[in-house]
Amino acid sequence: MNIELTHSDLIDLDLRATDRRTAVRSLAQRLVASGRVTDLEQFLTDVESREQQMATGMAGGIGIPHCRSSAVTTPTLAFGRSAVGIDFGADDGPATLIFLIAAPEGGDSDHMAVLAALARRLVRAEFKRTLLEAADPAAVAEYVREEVKP
Amino acid sequence: MKFVAVTACPTGIAHTYMAAEALEQAATAAGDEIVVETQGSAGSTTLSTADIEEADAVVLAADVGVQDRGRFANKPVVEATVKQAVNDAAGLIEQARGAAGSEPEATAAAQPVPPEPAGRTAAGSGMAGRLRQWLMTGVSYVIPFVAAGGLLIALSFALGGYRITEAPDVTEYFDPASLLSWAALANQIGSAAFEFLVPVLAGFIAFAMADRPALAPGFVGGAAAVAVEAGFLGGLVAGLLAGAVVAALQRIRVPRAVAGIMPVVVLPLLGSLVVGALMFVLLGKPIAAAMSTLTGWLNGLTGAGALLLGALLGGMIAFDMGGPVNKVAYTFAVGGLSTGSETALEIMAAVMGAGMVPPLALALAATVRSKLFGPAEQESARPAWLLGASFITEGAIPFAAADPLRVIPAMVTGSATTGALSMMFGATLRAPHGGLFVLPLVGQPLLYMLAIAVGVVVAAVAVMLAKQIGRAPATAESAPSEAAVAA
Repeated sequence: MNIELTHSDLIDLDLRATDRRTAVRSLAQRLVASGRVTDLEQFLTDVESREQQMATGMAGGIGIPHCRSSAVTTPTLAFGRSAVGIDFGADDGPATLIFLIAAPEGGDSDHMAVLAALARRLVRAEFKRTLLEAADPAAVAEYVREEVKP
Repeated sequence: MKFVAVTACPTGIAHTYMAAEALEQAATAAGDEIVVETQGSAGSTTLSTADIEEADAVVLAADVGVQDRGRFANKPVVEATVKQAVNDAAGLIEQARGAAGSEPEATAAAQPVPPEPAGRTAAGSGMAGRLRQWLMTGVSYVIPFVAAGGLLIALSFALGGYRITEAPDVTEYFDPASLLSWAALANQIGSAAFEFLVPVLAGFIAFAMADRPALAPGFVGGAAAVAVEAGFLGGLVAGLLAGAVVAALQRIRVPRAVAGIMPVVVLPLLGSLVVGALMFVLLGKPIAAAMSTLTGWLNGLTGAGALLLGALLGGMIAFDMGGPVNKVAYTFAVGGLSTGSETALEIMAAVMGAGMVPPLALALAATVRSKLFGPAEQESARPAWLLGASFITEGAIPFAAADPLRVIPAMVTGSATTGALSMMFGATLRAPHGGLFVLPLVGQPLLYMLAIAVGVVVAAVAVMLAKQIGRAPATAESAPSEAAVAA
């Protein structure tokens, strides 16, 4: 099994969903298909309960639904780009870049370091611009993997 | 300017790190320095003591409780949510610039602050340095109780003689015209203050480790240590245990709804339960068993030489200063008094003399070589003279709790010397306590005082040597950070 943070099957550069739940479900299905998530409904419940604590939309058009879940096998990123934007509760409008971050329940800190590195990239203008302009999923996956290398 | 920051969010996956990155970017853009501790799932590098010392202000960007918040007690603090840090890190850095040089958090938030000496003396950042810092915090809070309680008890002996402990309860009998009544009152208030020694010690050690939620478990553990007669060493154990348990519980991530009641309800409840149970169940029985074994052993020692017995009892008295070993030796001596035999009176004299040694020796050492002692210890040196002279061995607890491994062996050596010498000189005593106030009741008073003086000098020299040998690396370690503070 591919244990990299993400790969091209987990990237949807033309996310059609128009609301938050459908968008997350669509990306989560990719996680299930790639074997990163074992139980879709459990995972969606966990994401939703995190979302209820505090909306994950951030200024600058990004949404970062995420959770620690027993249904997750390995730290993974599924990425979706929406042309119209999807509301993730940010003050300044809908999100065009959606990062669905899946973390296993009992991951040790080494395991989680890759997610920490990813989170740090999310606030870098260069990182967001590259993802907005990317044309093909394989290139995005390659770029993200390079960026989060320890 | 230089800042330190802590970021923490409920899941510890995304916002903790985004906030950290945003703060770092904003600080760099503003030409400032910042060191961020990310309290998230990927682990974090703890801010060094030097970083915190040098920082002009602290930024806390957190949606859950910041661990070990007591570290920032003397610093101006800017608080925000992680989201604010991500969305407007520049604004937070601007606020931090404004806050720098303003009132420290302590005053603003009216938080209990460990007194200055506690933090300063332990600039070392290693485990040993942190341990010493925790112990010193506990010690600095316990000193006022030792001083207040000890001096009241000493006063009661001065006014009422050694039988004042047998005076009736002041709630049953109090005659304002009688000096004895006032002495009894002072004695009973002093004893009440002494009840707090071990719980306060344990409580504030725990507080230093895991902040306010650990306070109740620490106090409760300390009270349990008193109940199982574990003495101040039991209190040290209880305090460290409570701090560790609460710190571990704080690491468990809980839903936001529960997070609010964690520090006031859940952590104190679980912490007290765990620590109390461990103290009562795991420590209680072994201590009781050890005490009865020791007592039986002492009673069987009738054939031993007087010198050896004196040294043994003296060492036991100094070992835990009111703890189980001390109690066994003391009870053994007092139990003999009723027989009135010459040997029993000699034993009583040896035990009391040995018990006077530790506070006197530490007061002497802290006066002669003050540099070897922290400010908190130097403060407790003054009352220690009178406490020692009054046979209130507890006066040495602040010193022993701050540095048990160096202080206790030194005190045991000195007290054993006094015990042996007192037996050798054939000094006798008919009173079970009272210190110098019962000198008229002592047989061979001059030689008795010589025995005490020799023990005091031996213990003081021993503790100074022990502190010097062990301290060398610690001094080197703290030197650079002190230089940094000065700069």
